[in-house]
Amino acid sequence: MLNLPFKTIGGGAALLLAILAPWLLSAYDLNLLGRFLALSLSAMGLVLLWGEGGILSLGQGVFFGLGGYLLAMHLKLDGLGAGELPDFMTWSGVTALPWWWAPFRNPLVTILGVLLVPAAIGAGFSWLMFRRRIGGVYFALITQALALVFATLLISQQGTTGGFNGLTDYHNLMGLNLNDEGVTRGIYWLTLALVATAYFALRWLLSSRFGKLLRASRDGSNRLRFLGYDPTPYKVVAFSVAAVLTGVSGAMFTLHAGVVSPALVGVVPSIEMVIWVAIGGRTYLVGGIVGALLVNFAKDKISTALPELWLYALGLLFILAVTAFPRGIVGEFEGERRFKPARLGDMFARWRAGRATS
Amino acid sequence: MDAAFLTGQVFNGFSVASIYILAALGLALSFGLMRVINMAHGEILMVGSYLAYLTILFIPGPLGIFAAMLVAFIGAGLLGAGLEAALVSKLTARPLDTLLATWGVSLILQQGARDVFGATGVSVTAPAWLDGAITIGALPLPAARLFIMAVAVAVLGGLALFLRMTRVGLLVRAVNQDRATASAMGVNVRQVDAFIFGLGAGVAGIGGVVLALLGPVTPNVGQSYIVTAFLVVVLGGLGSMIGTTIAAVMIGLVMALAQIFVDVSFAQVLTLLFVVLFLQFRPQGVIAIRSRALDAE
Repeated sequence: MLNLPFKTIGGGAALLLAILAPWLLSAYDLNLLGRFLALSLSAMGLVLLWGEGGILSLGQGVFFGLGGYLLAMHLKLDGLGAGELPDFMTWSGVTALPWWWAPFRNPLVTILGVLLVPAAIGAGFSWLMFRRRIGGVYFALITQALALVFATLLISQQGTTGGFNGLTDYHNLMGLNLNDEGVTRGIYWLTLALVATAYFALRWLLSSRFGKLLRASRDGSNRLRFLGYDPTPYKVVAFSVAAVLTGVSGAMFTLHAGVVSPALVGVVPSIEMVIWVAIGGRTYLVGGIVGALLVNFAKDKISTALPELWLYALGLLFILAVTAFPRGIVGEFEGERRFKPARLGDMFARWRAGRATS
Repeated sequence: MDAAFLTGQVFNGFSVASIYILAALGLALSFGLMRVINMAHGEILMVGSYLAYLTILFIPGPLGIFAAMLVAFIGAGLLGAGLEAALVSKLTARPLDTLLATWGVSLILQQGARDVFGATGVSVTAPAWLDGAITIGALPLPAARLFIMAVAVAVLGGLALFLRMTRVGLLVRAVNQDRATASAMGVNVRQVDAFIFGLGAGVAGIGGVVLALLGPVTPNVGQSYIVTAFLVVVLGGLGSMIGTTIAAVMIGLVMALAQIFVDVSFAQVLTLLFVVLFLQFRPQGVIAIRSRALDAE
């Protein structure tokens, strides 16, 4: 146990620090850290989808928004009586609760909704695309249009979505006061646990046979087809898993931030998610977490100090991330390491690993 | 729903389509050659609009708009060629990375315009002869919109003639059909790339002048059209001019006709749905080049 690799020690120390963060950071910084950890779930989804699958989605904000809005709908309904309406609906002159709001009064339905609605929409949409072999730039542009349409739709339906302001001003979750210090810490640890779970689950997924076939579909779809595989299901699963992660990310972010609005789900936030991953290292799960935290803390610091400067910096980041540092921060520190083959169940990988070391 | 209203919407559809043509042509041309999309194309439209504003400040009068077009064509074209040389040419064969890098350029250009011209927007005074409307039957057709259509048709015609009749056009078509063979025959493929990128940006510059006639010029003016212009390129199919034109008209009409029944935001939903469904039947867009070559992916 003493010759643990440096990465394991470093990762363990980072995790320990993150667990202890509520005692180390001010309430404000803890809230930021919680938000950005929630965002890193989206980033890990993009590592799976873009880094490993080669599928660039510029519409992840849609799934982020679905998760965030579904949870916010529950929070708005929480504590209201049978005939009562959320405050913004009354202001907009809506007289009855829309049918698609009603199920989310139930917390269990809400949790299922946050997981299943992005999964279903992601699977349906990506299946329509990938079965006709629409990929690359075409796919990126269509997903961008999807993000635009989603945000426009949210803004236009003032009475049922809160319009431009989104859904905000809620204080209770299942009888807990969201402003209570213990509750905010609990939500922080929940976020951290979700990030850790997602990290290890994705690591397992990517080192499995599925991960290998996904990378194969990225590097040579045609070769994969010649070998008798259909790449479509692998891509659809990758897109759907990323959609679920992004949905959970949106829900957790909404809990930390206390607001979800069209400004968080449109074209610009969707493409910003991609830059976190590009900066951190697009083929590294840790890169997704590092990128999401670094870029967002930088954004917070720079845009409060010098608001005009932030967009120049962000623009420059986009350019540098693909020209000067295509491997990202984590990639710069790593060697030519790729995913280690899973120890069990893949004879070819074991054979190749054996050859490489001998 | 009466007939006049319906024809009015069809007119609007064509009028919107002509803006999409001007915005999407340059994208489609360089996509056909290089398989890359310039995400900063919307900001090239914006630069065209601001150049129109500046030109008309210096050259008022009825013909100022034509001077503005010339200035915007050259200015935006140079900007495009510079962008190609400095960034896009370094990233060929990495189309997705080009998307991201040019998005960075678009952010910088937007913030630059905000710092130079202010966030509120400036307005271009259209010449008096574009103010009125020409009435056909019971239907008043705004002169400015008719002018935009005329500009789109003129640009399409000019480009078609250029590609068909000139030696440079021949080279462009050769590279478009088969890049490797053209290169082997001694065509300087890199120069053709840069030229077409600049030309496409110039066309977008003209599009920017036209946008300035419709509303105030803001740093975000390009963003409001560019996402749909991207859809036009996807729907049109591998950089074909005819395909792009047909796709722009289809999208313009779907959007305008959908607005008879639903509001603008739902019309956008229906348009995207239309594109997704259309691609189910023709995944390569309106004009697909049939070949036995494998898919590029």
